[in-house]
Amino acid sequence: MSVKKFMFVNRKAPYGTIYAWEALEVVLIAAAFEQDVSLCFLDDGVFQLKKGHNTKAIETKAFEKTWGALEDYDITKLYVDAESLAERGLTADDLAVPVEVLSRAEIGKLMEEQDVLLSF
Amino acid sequence: MLHIINKSPYERPALDSALKTGEGAILLIEDGVYAAVKGGAAEAKIKAAQGKFKVYALQADLEARGMIDRVTEGVTVVDYGGFVDLVAEYKTNQSWL
Amino acid sequence: MKFAILVNEGPSTHKASDTAYQFAKAALAKGHEIFRVFFYHDGVNNATRLTTPPQDDRHIVNRWSKLAEEHKLDMVVCVAAAQRRGIVDEGEMKRNGKDATNLAPGFRISGLGQLIEAGIQADRLVVFGD
Repeated sequence: MSVKKFMFVNRKAPYGTIYAWEALEVVLIAAAFEQDVSLCFLDDGVFQLKKGHNTKAIETKAFEKTWGALEDYDITKLYVDAESLAERGLTADDLAVPVEVLSRAEIGKLMEEQDVLLSF
Repeated sequence: MLHIINKSPYERPALDSALKTGEGAILLIEDGVYAAVKGGAAEAKIKAAQGKFKVYALQADLEARGMIDRVTEGVTVVDYGGFVDLVAEYKTNQSWL
Repeated sequence: MKFAILVNEGPSTHKASDTAYQFAKAALAKGHEIFRVFFYHDGVNNATRLTTPPQDDRHIVNRWSKLAEEHKLDMVVCVAAAQRRGIVDEGEMKRNGKDATNLAPGFRISGLGQLIEAGIQADRLVVFGD
């Protein structure tokens, strides 16, 4: 099967809606199809990566473990928008996994290079 | 690339976010068409963007909202067929949901 | 050109399904091919035959079914999202011990791999959501 560049554009906060969780399910399937997968986080999507989630009291599965598992699927391209982080009072140290922090323009360039952009 | 925006600029940052990220074309659909309306705060944003982006708005959604006669200068109104043509014209598209 | 369409919202709350339908119709009218329409998130709710909108309103589910019949569209509902939201075909009814089915004609339930395959096979994938 041919390999295409799939980028998942995550712009929504994690627990208020199911979008981020169901997006992650697609990411793992794309990796299982051995596609060239990357994730980019901008706007409220950066909140998905914040470390220290404790979702016990809202009775919802937490994200943090899944980020750690992405490497097992050979997903290593995680891009985060610097401006979105700063705007929300976060730095890369607040995030649960190692990411590449990029400018908007750099993220825009990466988007242009994709075959498929998926956003939920 | 083609940026598809379906959110009102007065409620969500989808348009701002797309404008900051890339260049190419912007297609305003659903509540996104309110950005194409002149006289509001969004007009200046759309005019400023026109150097970098071609801006399009979906006719059916402008008509439905009673805004078809108030479209900002330089914005091209397209029907669903025009929407299809834009997707075909640009290699990549992103829906700023 | 070969298009794939992803619908992320149900028929009632958001316009995503309407816009996706009009896009699909316009693409077909221009002679393009629709490789697949994939329904995910609350989009799976477009596939229940039990919806009864008011008589003077459009019937979004029936409209998709009719378009599928006329153009032999492949309309796929994500199995995981469908299970969460109670969209059931014969196989799912038996597998999960349910007492009814509600999948509308023209739709089939399958895995998320069908979405990725659509992304690979189609020239363009367009996402409709909220």
